[in-house]
Amino acid sequence: MSIRDNAWQMAAALSKNEISAVELANQHYEQIAAVDKDVHAFLYLDKEGALSQAKEVDIKRAAGEKLSPLAGVPLALKDVMTQKDVPTTCGSKILENWRPPYDSTVVTKLKDAGVIILGKTNMDEFAMGSSTENSAYGPTHNPWDLTRIPGGSGGGSSASLAAFEAPLAIGTDTGGSIRQPAAVTGTVGVKPTYGGVSRYGLVAFSSSLDQAGPCARTVLDAALLHQVIAGFDPKDSTSINQAVPDVVAAAKKLDIKGMKIGVVKQLSGDGYQKGVENKFNEAIAELVKLGAEIIEVSCPNFEYALAAYYLIAPSECSSNLARFDSIRFGLRVGDDGVKSAEEVMNLTRQAGFGREVKRRIILGTYALSSGYYDAYYGSAQKVRTLIKQDFDNAFTKCDVLVSPTAPTTAFKIGEKSNDPLAMYLNDIATIPVNMAGIGGMSLPCGLADEDNLPVGFQIMSPAMKDDRMYLVGGALEAALLSKWGKPILDFAPKLAGSK
Amino acid sequence: MAAISRDEVANLARLARISMSDAELDHLAGEMDVILGAVARVQEVAGADVPPTSHPLAVNNVTREDVVTPSLTPEQALSGAPASSEQRFKVPQILGEE
Repeated sequence: MSIRDNAWQMAAALSKNEISAVELANQHYEQIAAVDKDVHAFLYLDKEGALSQAKEVDIKRAAGEKLSPLAGVPLALKDVMTQKDVPTTCGSKILENWRPPYDSTVVTKLKDAGVIILGKTNMDEFAMGSSTENSAYGPTHNPWDLTRIPGGSGGGSSASLAAFEAPLAIGTDTGGSIRQPAAVTGTVGVKPTYGGVSRYGLVAFSSSLDQAGPCARTVLDAALLHQVIAGFDPKDSTSINQAVPDVVAAAKKLDIKGMKIGVVKQLSGDGYQKGVENKFNEAIAELVKLGAEIIEVSCPNFEYALAAYYLIAPSECSSNLARFDSIRFGLRVGDDGVKSAEEVMNLTRQAGFGREVKRRIILGTYALSSGYYDAYYGSAQKVRTLIKQDFDNAFTKCDVLVSPTAPTTAFKIGEKSNDPLAMYLNDIATIPVNMAGIGGMSLPCGLADEDNLPVGFQIMSPAMKDDRMYLVGGALEAALLSKWGKPILDFAPKLAGSK
Repeated sequence: MAAISRDEVANLARLARISMSDAELDHLAGEMDVILGAVARVQEVAGADVPPTSHPLAVNNVTREDVVTPSLTPEQALSGAPASSEQRFKVPQILGEE
């Protein structure tokens, strides 16, 4: 048993009493103590809570109670999900030291399944960003190269997996915040169908796009976690009241003979790094060998997805973030007994929000203001319809669609932080999925020739057909593993102090 | 011509309840101009015949039976408030001096 094992291997070792949940959690805390000063994946460690949770699982197992498949396996939680009495900052100063009085539904489900929550992971402030540089608490570093970004917004979650600080993590994905970090760290990340996982207790950024999902080092591990967190929740008005697709069986099947896989023409070419395209094409060749039929499909309106996203998401964010008013929770600045509530609110939001959050609130306020509403927000909503139609048409011809997850490998910290538009382009291939509410997965498909950094392969499935991406992802992963001879993370340089 | 002026950005900041220094306003006005220039292209394909989509799912209003379920205690609900008093959120003055 090693911390480099997969989550399902850890689960098997726990069930055979080869290791206790307490020992397993402690091994991960040792790794965190050794490497997180360099990686900075975590904002908060809840060692006391995690170890008492682990002890409880061990007691239940000793008593012969029937446990869930992931009972005792550790997990890193993105700091945008509320966990009762544990600090939840969303990477923002405005929520520094806030301890929510309730658990998110995802956390309730994790606790019920006996999954051990080690701590909270770093992120771009309120999940706005693609590099984790927008965290008010400093950036996270990519374990493949500490001078590079781990993706964003969920860079803490992806880095914790790649640094073997946790075998499982939770992310949230509004425009790619699970998939792009997975791509640039050589890990697996899944954005389930919108409504598949409850948003209750997920601090809202853009409510019609936000979706929580599983992050892991293998497709099967992601499927096992997906099974734990997905399902109908009456506390979320957009939760889908249908059975969760059997993603675990799909991940294990490894047979994609005769499946129709569509390559999206618009998600390649200009702006895509050569090495990214090469590894993507090599993965396509593997899918052909496995008996899949490859079809080129055209989604002409994807070209407008990025522009529409940067109107819709800021518009919803300007409305959602109005709740940070210095009254009910979080920071309050300038309350001297003389200033008015409005003045205090203005000063609090100036001090509490970072640059990117302010930029998006102002952009959203503009797009929603009378006189501009039709031209900006209204037009963006129409583009959303066109993107959905493109997907609908493509899925009449194919079972799943594929593309590179991100146009480039991990870039240097600081390289794009002063150019918002360049930063936004990272999400060009992931955003269409959120706009249509369908499922998307990223899994590693190799190292780019130019820089030896991981490349992500994206699989998109129709709404509530999430099992299809696990089916294709599992088969591709197995084929690539036998081609490489070892998992992709074994090619990464060893971190100083790492076990 | 700039798509958005510094004065317009100042007005948006006022509407969004965010104080901004002159330097912040100058910087943001320039950035907003570039971003708006890039996102305005949604208008190229947004014809009058295209219906808008506000949500990926067909969303219906969701209601439940009117029965009491467990909820936060007043102490829990106030636990994150910057200031509270007598089971209430305490706010700075909202009306001017008499």
